[in-house]
Amino acid sequence: MAGIIVDDRPYQVDERENLLQACLSLGFNLPYFCWHPALGSVGACRQCAVKQFRNEQDRQGHLVMACMTPAADGTRISIEDPEAKTFRASVIEWMMANHPHDCPVCDEGGECHLQDMTVMTGHAYRRFRFNKRTFRNQDLGPFITHEMNRCIQCYRCVRLYRDYAGGRDFDAFGSRNHVYFGRHEDGTLENEFSGNLVEVCPTGVFDDKTLMPHYTRKWDLQTAPSVCAHCSLGCNTIAGERYGTLRRILNRYHNEVNGYFLCDRGRFGYGFVNSEERIRRPKSRPSRDGQTIPIDKDMILRELGPLLADKPSRIIGIGSPRASLESNFALRELVGPERFSLGLSVRDAGLNSIILDILRRGPAPSASIHDVEQADAVLILGEDLINTAPRLALAVRQSARQQPMEIVDKLGIPRWHDAAVREAAHARFGPLFIAAPYSSWFADIATETYHAAPDDLARLGFVVAHELDQAAPTASTVNPTIGSLAKRIAAVLGQAERPLVISGTACKSEAVIQSAANVAWALCKTGTPAKLCYCLPESNSLGLAMLGGKSLEEAFSIVKNGAADTVLILENDLYRRADALSGDAFLKTASKVIILDTLEHDTTAKADVLLPAGTFAESDGTLVNNEGRAQRFYQVFPAEADIQESWRWIRDLAVASGHPAQPNMTAWNTLDDVVLALSEAIPVFRRLAEAAPPEKFRMIGQKIPRQTHRFTGRTSMHAPLLMHEPKPVKDPDSPLAFSMEGYLGQPPSPLITHYWAPGWNSVQALNKFQSEVGGPLRQENPGVRLIESFGKRTVTYFTDAPKPFQALDHGWLILPWYQIFGTDELSARASAMAERIPGPTLMLHPEDAATLRFKAGERTELMLGNRSHRVPVKLDAAVPRGTAALTIVSDFTDAVLPAWSPLIRVAEP
Amino acid sequence: MNEVASRLPIIAGVLTMVVTLSALLIWLERRLLGFWQERYGPNRVGPFGLLQVVADMIKIFMKEDWVPPFADKAVFVIAPAVIIVTVLMSFAVVPFTPSIVVADLNVGLLFFLAMSSLSAYSVVLAGWASNNKYSLLGGLRASAQMLSYEVFMGLSLMGVVMLTGSFNLGDIVEAQRDLWFCIPQILGFIIFLIAGLAETKRIPFDIPEAEAELVAGFHTEYSGMKFGMFFVGEYLGIILISAMITVLFFGGWQGPWLPPAVWFWIKTFLFICLFILLRAALPRLRFDQLMTFGWKVMLPLALVNLAVTGALVLIGHPPK
Amino acid sequence: MLKLLKGIWLVFLHAFTRPVTIQYPDVKPYLPPRWRGRIILSRDPDGEERCVGCYLCSVACPVDCIALQATEDEHGRRYPAWFRINFSRCIFCGYCEEACPTYAIQLTTDFEMSEYDRRNLVYEKEDLLISGTGKYPGYNFYRVSGVQIGGKDKGEAEHEASPIDLRSLMP
Repeated sequence: MAGIIVDDRPYQVDERENLLQACLSLGFNLPYFCWHPALGSVGACRQCAVKQFRNEQDRQGHLVMACMTPAADGTRISIEDPEAKTFRASVIEWMMANHPHDCPVCDEGGECHLQDMTVMTGHAYRRFRFNKRTFRNQDLGPFITHEMNRCIQCYRCVRLYRDYAGGRDFDAFGSRNHVYFGRHEDGTLENEFSGNLVEVCPTGVFDDKTLMPHYTRKWDLQTAPSVCAHCSLGCNTIAGERYGTLRRILNRYHNEVNGYFLCDRGRFGYGFVNSEERIRRPKSRPSRDGQTIPIDKDMILRELGPLLADKPSRIIGIGSPRASLESNFALRELVGPERFSLGLSVRDAGLNSIILDILRRGPAPSASIHDVEQADAVLILGEDLINTAPRLALAVRQSARQQPMEIVDKLGIPRWHDAAVREAAHARFGPLFIAAPYSSWFADIATETYHAAPDDLARLGFVVAHELDQAAPTASTVNPTIGSLAKRIAAVLGQAERPLVISGTACKSEAVIQSAANVAWALCKTGTPAKLCYCLPESNSLGLAMLGGKSLEEAFSIVKNGAADTVLILENDLYRRADALSGDAFLKTASKVIILDTLEHDTTAKADVLLPAGTFAESDGTLVNNEGRAQRFYQVFPAEADIQESWRWIRDLAVASGHPAQPNMTAWNTLDDVVLALSEAIPVFRRLAEAAPPEKFRMIGQKIPRQTHRFTGRTSMHAPLLMHEPKPVKDPDSPLAFSMEGYLGQPPSPLITHYWAPGWNSVQALNKFQSEVGGPLRQENPGVRLIESFGKRTVTYFTDAPKPFQALDHGWLILPWYQIFGTDELSARASAMAERIPGPTLMLHPEDAATLRFKAGERTELMLGNRSHRVPVKLDAAVPRGTAALTIVSDFTDAVLPAWSPLIRVAEP
Repeated sequence: MNEVASRLPIIAGVLTMVVTLSALLIWLERRLLGFWQERYGPNRVGPFGLLQVVADMIKIFMKEDWVPPFADKAVFVIAPAVIIVTVLMSFAVVPFTPSIVVADLNVGLLFFLAMSSLSAYSVVLAGWASNNKYSLLGGLRASAQMLSYEVFMGLSLMGVVMLTGSFNLGDIVEAQRDLWFCIPQILGFIIFLIAGLAETKRIPFDIPEAEAELVAGFHTEYSGMKFGMFFVGEYLGIILISAMITVLFFGGWQGPWLPPAVWFWIKTFLFICLFILLRAALPRLRFDQLMTFGWKVMLPLALVNLAVTGALVLIGHPPK
Repeated sequence: MLKLLKGIWLVFLHAFTRPVTIQYPDVKPYLPPRWRGRIILSRDPDGEERCVGCYLCSVACPVDCIALQATEDEHGRRYPAWFRINFSRCIFCGYCEEACPTYAIQLTTDFEMSEYDRRNLVYEKEDLLISGTGKYPGYNFYRVSGVQIGGKDKGEAEHEASPIDLRSLMP
């Protein structure tokens, strides 16, 4: 700690911080633009000027930029000094000299950092009488708007896009007052984290293009804390609604998980909630070949009740890794554990439970995203992070800066001094080894990459583990390439202080997952505190693995054997989980198929009864992310008439059936009841209720409002439907209220609905919510890590190293090629995504293509699960010989992949 | 029985007249207040807005007759009836002309005083039965005010009684053939006028219903015709007090050329207008001012008046 | 006491002065132009809608009786897709007019808008939009603002330099 004196009062601050950060942490309102807690300081905007004094006698002082001055012990500054204040006001005035007169038509208005800072410095009147500089805008694709006139040249965008996220197609151009931020030409911003420009830009140069068609000011959004549903990382988000539709997603700071940033899939994938293809009313299909007809909720329950009551033992429940724990548990309770299926194939369920088993067995603990950023040596085995867990990829990029920081520290440069740090580190990156079947741009900072078939990747893992610990099993017949690579990897990992091994289910290979565990365990055994990070396919994959249940194949065979004939499917499209043939057979054999889901899909097309389930925005629930952290997401807005949480539908079904087996279920009125039942029923979830405050939680006796205190249109928006303003809808499940009334201060972290503080309308108000700027939130509740941390444990290595991959003459091993845009079932249905989803493509090694006489762009026919498909071919030398990578978009699923298939060139007409 | 039957037309006539007049007073008061406040008052319904009374009546009869669930129902209903009954009863002893008087009692004045005391019950009961803090406060104020002002109201009239030597109102009017009592009893007249204002709870003595502080005092919870009865009761009270002033101090029906009934109503009308003028001109008293004024100013004055009149009577007509 | 009597006398004398009442509706009163009556949405001098859907009127409204949805035409000009004022809630405070940065929303001298059905007091955009400029004849927001719309390119607004040519090497 360092003692500094601000305006003649002493304070204790962290000496590793700069003065700006220290002052903001102390609660002072010091204006700034270019500094960002995650991006550091460059001193570009000159806005945070304060007066610094040499000692007590010095009354003259001199202006310094707070963000560029260390908070050294004994520093004596004044924020309120008249000269400093005038200077700051002048800086704003210069910036405003060219700022256009367009706040009313600017999407940033009302949550604009520039507006806040202008008000804060007191600049109110334009004295500059000359012409304003103008720029032409660019079309930056479907996600981001561009309005360069508004730019104040703080350089935050380019520092985020290039330096932090590694983007290449965006830069600062020109000089003096002509500096322009954009691409070299019009075109879509390619980087997967471009959406963060919206929050990082202090004014309206970059805004959310998906918000524009249903534009709403921040103060009009009804917002609730949510958890991203589009991958397994569980990034925290704030989802905002207006007039019954979801309008946008913002980042919700979580110190351990997503920090300040989201990926574009998470930020722009919300559109499916407003989709035309939503199931909004209960429907029934009188005849299997006919159309569905809408049906009243009570009627459908009256119809289904007796059906469930008559033969409770003949119902199969199929759960889903994208449904909440509570909904899955409700289904499990309704049908009984022995008839509850996870809705995953034997293989996929097996992969998830192996990961769960590895994380439980230890000794390597699972790493949070924050841990990943802190790692100083990373080995990625079999994952294409940028597509399967994008936010993790961004974290890995930061981890690559950890080792160069030693040089920086040695030079005595403070770590926040961004420009100097990057100058010192230059192009050095810390060790990052990527072993994956194919390449992505993300590998540009990798120390070494290795592209091979999954079996060979696993073999590399086994060899590395063996190099680290001779007791670990190795693979047979290791070729010298792998052997020497393994030696180099082992040497680096073994020397690192915080090594990390990342793997996951992307290769659909048990061996890859196991080999990653072997590496981490070998490190732990040799005394290095290694961590493990696994990526799973969906938002609740790990939670479902913890819940446990039968595989989809078992469910299929139960129905095939005639032991059951009624199927209740929870938020699951079986055609994404199994091959089409067995799916068809299963749905045909079952006499009654009841589906609870949010969107129409191939499986709902065959359902007898459809019940409308709430999306993440219309329901509350708990998701378990890839590190085993249970996090609660909250309902954003009251759902349309018939839409309700899946667990409520299942409860209603239990009530309608007078279900004798589960008398408790009928008493489930609130989410807390379900959470309590779940935590009592299954030991691993016994701490589940700690993930978020219970419904009874109040701040000074009040609920926490979802609407801002400036929420508008209350007496007008419902007027055409109902002259009498309806009462706010009651929320029985959470301490949040669908209202603008309630507690206006800062609630505990899982209940923060929006960031706002007096004078701080932009997202930068987050500073006021953190106990220390850039640190944890006040009253932080980071969720519950359901996988306990453990001390020293004996290591039992996996021993089954696979044999080397053998290419076949007559076929190619088709591997899944996941896509950040398109692979995720829900976000792919968002209209804004359409432009970014690539068409189906097969990626092939050029030499393999040459033997087949393929040219790029030509189409090939391949056979998957007895069906033939025709897709265009793309050539990439990174694809291992004998394999091909198929994009998992539109109709293609990874259910039957990897699979061998012949490739036949299609003669174009 | 026969005697009662023969008086029925008079009874019916008096009843119809005073009730109609009280209704018209609503219009009159609003018009006069309008004139004194430089506006028109009700002038839309019928000629000069005269049918406003009918419109108001229709409205008030159509209103929901609501009894609050928390009220003491029986008392709540009885209270407004009490005021109407007591005031109407008082009219029984008023001699409109030598021949038109419902009951020519020899204790007519005492009967009037008795009835006006009874009307206090109406307000107290209404305040109590409403079960509402404002109503109760209004009722309490009303009881205190009426008790205090009745004392010197009675005393102020004793001068008149002494001069006449009778409690019969007809005799009192006859005794003023030569000189109206407003001359010898000027003090008594002023005291009675003020006490009468207070008895009818008119501005500046309307603190039992003071809307600025008590919503509407004792009739806060009343609506529809029950409220209407309080309203009519108040106007009947104004007519009664004006009529009593005419009878006791201004020679009743007596006057040259015109018939007695006309003289009576001209005098009464002028006092009614005076009541309305006072409302237009004066602010409401504070409660403590009201009590101080009653007990410390008016009561001693009434006693002095009584003593002086007594002395003068003794000097003029020594007892035999 | 005398003062009281004098007061009563003065009030009595008022019986002989002329009433100040204006006999509305027989006589229509004079209303000043800044009278705060029925709210309208005006058009700019070019005949286009002035409202740009900035939501400032709705946030200024103390009774929250204004609701709207902003949208954009294909050239980037913003306008309200729908705009609703619930006059059964409006208190005619004029804050919306004060907040409006484009002079679009204006209060007029019309106050005769009684209805028997409250629902008729909900005015939609087609009920609010007039064809003139209202009280402020000259102003056109888009001529001043820095955004590009159909018919007005970058640099063509008032006090704007022409767009910078990034590929120029001139200092």
